[in-house]
Amino acid sequence: MRELTYNEAALEAIAEEMRRDPRVFYMSTDALPPLMNEFGPSRIKVTPIAEAAMTGMGIGAAGSGFRPIVDWRQVTFCFVAMDQIVNQAAKIHYMFGGQVTFPMLFRASVGGGSQVAAQHSQSPYSMFMNVAGLKMFLPSTPYDMKGLIKTAIRDNNPVISFESGRLMGRKGPVPEGEYTIPFGKADVKREGSDVTVVALAWLVHEALAAAEALAKEGISVEVVDPRTLVPLDTETIRASVRKTGRLVIADEAGPTAGFSAEVAAVVTEDAATFASLKAPVKRVCALQVPIPYSPVLENAVFPDRNRIIAGIREVLQGRRSAAAA
Amino acid sequence: MPMSLSPNLPPDKQREMLRQMLTIRRFEERASADYLAGKIYGVVHSYIGEEAVAVGVCSTLDRGGRIISTHRGHGHCIAKGADLNRMMAELYGRQTGYCKGKGGSMHIADFGIGMLGANGIVAGGISIITGAGLAAQMEGKGGVAVSFFGDGASNAGPFHECLNIAAAWKLPMLYVCENNGWAAQTSAAATHAMGDVAGRAAGYGIPGVVVDGNDVFAVHQAANAAVERARAGDGPTLIECKTYRWRAHTERKGQVDPRDRAEVEAWMRQDPIALLERRLRDQGQLDDAGLRAMEGEVMGAIEAAVAFAEASPHPLPEQATDDVFAA
Ligand SMILES: Cc1ncc(C[n+]2csc(CCOP(=O)(O)OP(=O)(O)O)c2C)c(N)n1
Repeated sequence: MRELTYNEAALEAIAEEMRRDPRVFYMSTDALPPLMNEFGPSRIKVTPIAEAAMTGMGIGAAGSGFRPIVDWRQVTFCFVAMDQIVNQAAKIHYMFGGQVTFPMLFRASVGGGSQVAAQHSQSPYSMFMNVAGLKMFLPSTPYDMKGLIKTAIRDNNPVISFESGRLMGRKGPVPEGEYTIPFGKADVKREGSDVTVVALAWLVHEALAAAEALAKEGISVEVVDPRTLVPLDTETIRASVRKTGRLVIADEAGPTAGFSAEVAAVVTEDAATFASLKAPVKRVCALQVPIPYSPVLENAVFPDRNRIIAGIREVLQGRRSAAAA
Repeated sequence: MPMSLSPNLPPDKQREMLRQMLTIRRFEERASADYLAGKIYGVVHSYIGEEAVAVGVCSTLDRGGRIISTHRGHGHCIAKGADLNRMMAELYGRQTGYCKGKGGSMHIADFGIGMLGANGIVAGGISIITGAGLAAQMEGKGGVAVSFFGDGASNAGPFHECLNIAAAWKLPMLYVCENNGWAAQTSAAATHAMGDVAGRAAGYGIPGVVVDGNDVFAVHQAANAAVERARAGDGPTLIECKTYRWRAHTERKGQVDPRDRAEVEAWMRQDPIALLERRLRDQGQLDDAGLRAMEGEVMGAIEAAVAFAEASPHPLPEQATDDVFAA
């Protein structure tokens, strides 16, 4: 199968949807050359550096029959548009009794690893998960990216596409034909029986590397990629944990009130899943700090495959001693 | 724009302005080279070509007052008197850097000298420095505050909100727009319906002036008038400095630079440093030997800063959790 990068997959999805539906248009502070070349400035609008305005304009255009894509670029740049996101986009459909729909796609690059420090590195999706009325996803592969973006553009709600900065240039297979991926459908990226690792984006790949390494020791790791954060596929996560009895959650964001906390709650508040747990749930997250510049400090902050392996060993300790006894 | 008259500045001060501009230029050249060599991480935005703005404005503050900067902040730091060693150490990500390696190029600050920080968010500094202007007004000691920002930032909400408040409250503020014609890959012409950012001042009821941002004396004179106005309690001034950045938006390799080469070269022929040098020579305040000595001194300081940075330790991993909260 042909391969595309994560970034190319997103652009291909957008271009296909723009060809399919003339109501789709794009706003960003930077022109994306392939889109600009094909669709021109009437549909690819380069805005002034005014994220609050362009986000609010997206809402207004959506409520007026268009399907805007608002590209914030770094997620940290959208914080100047918090009113438009939280007070307006998220609430407007509900608050006005569902009179009209507000189909919008917001794009935001998240994560760290490029030493651009606190104001350009963050994974704040749980801040947005906490707001009712926004759907959101965070893909780990070019295949998932393309399918989820297409679904998002056709969805009648504001949807945030969180995109991992670390994965932008990473290649993966993407079939030629048309396909979409439904929201709320996790993907089991590797099957296993001893422990479940629920991971997002770049950490899916780190978890797969950890699983590969541990397989040599006879430890069987299942890697679950939720893909969409809202709606979250609780059933696939719970089913995996019921099978393995152990759960590690890996997230590039900090743990506090985070995605990882939500997954832990989803697993422990379900009686059957709770009863299947053989060890406490383990979170492998970033340190709860703004992201520092120095690579030494940055590496200290982020989890990676080694920390996932350590987390897996921790939840397996019971099994080991039981086997030894 | 007419060339500024030679100001009533002592020759020493004029030479000091040249020395600072040269320091910025050489510092930036080194930062670019070391970035490309992989010794500096993340991203670096070069101030080369815009040196006269920072120096022209900061030379009116006599080391007092407070300023705030942007993502393109090295020049403002140097013009405000920041320590080159600690700046370079920050770029190198070392413990001895201004931010202990946590900030990097986009976040150098020295609160001790009234430099309230470079800022990674476009227009992010404008409201913060307006708060420093409010503090200066409440202190009542004649302090002023200066906001440096780009033409791109002048399109963002904080610019408009802050100019309005500062005008209404007569805050002792200078709003200095460094109009280099471009915001990243986007030309100012594509995002401004009005040619001059300074023209917007009328909407807030304050003076707006346009100056040749490559003429350090012109910048100095405009800033001086604005400082006097601020100190007299008459409120803020918007100063638009027309200038140009010589290099691409960032130092990243392979970065697209959509600007017309002829446009870049035309501006490079109006080098602010060469202009000042020529004027000092014409006035008999500088000769070849003097210039060579100055160059040597500047290069010595840059080399010393690099040596300091290289000799400094990296942070320890456990320091990642320091300073999240104040004691
Ligand atoms: C809120 C926000 N949006 C977008 C960016 C990305 N960005 C960084 S610098 C820049 C251009 C800034 O242009 P200008 O204000 O004119 O300053 P210059 O770079 O020309 O000095 C952009 C778009 C950002 N840092 N912050």
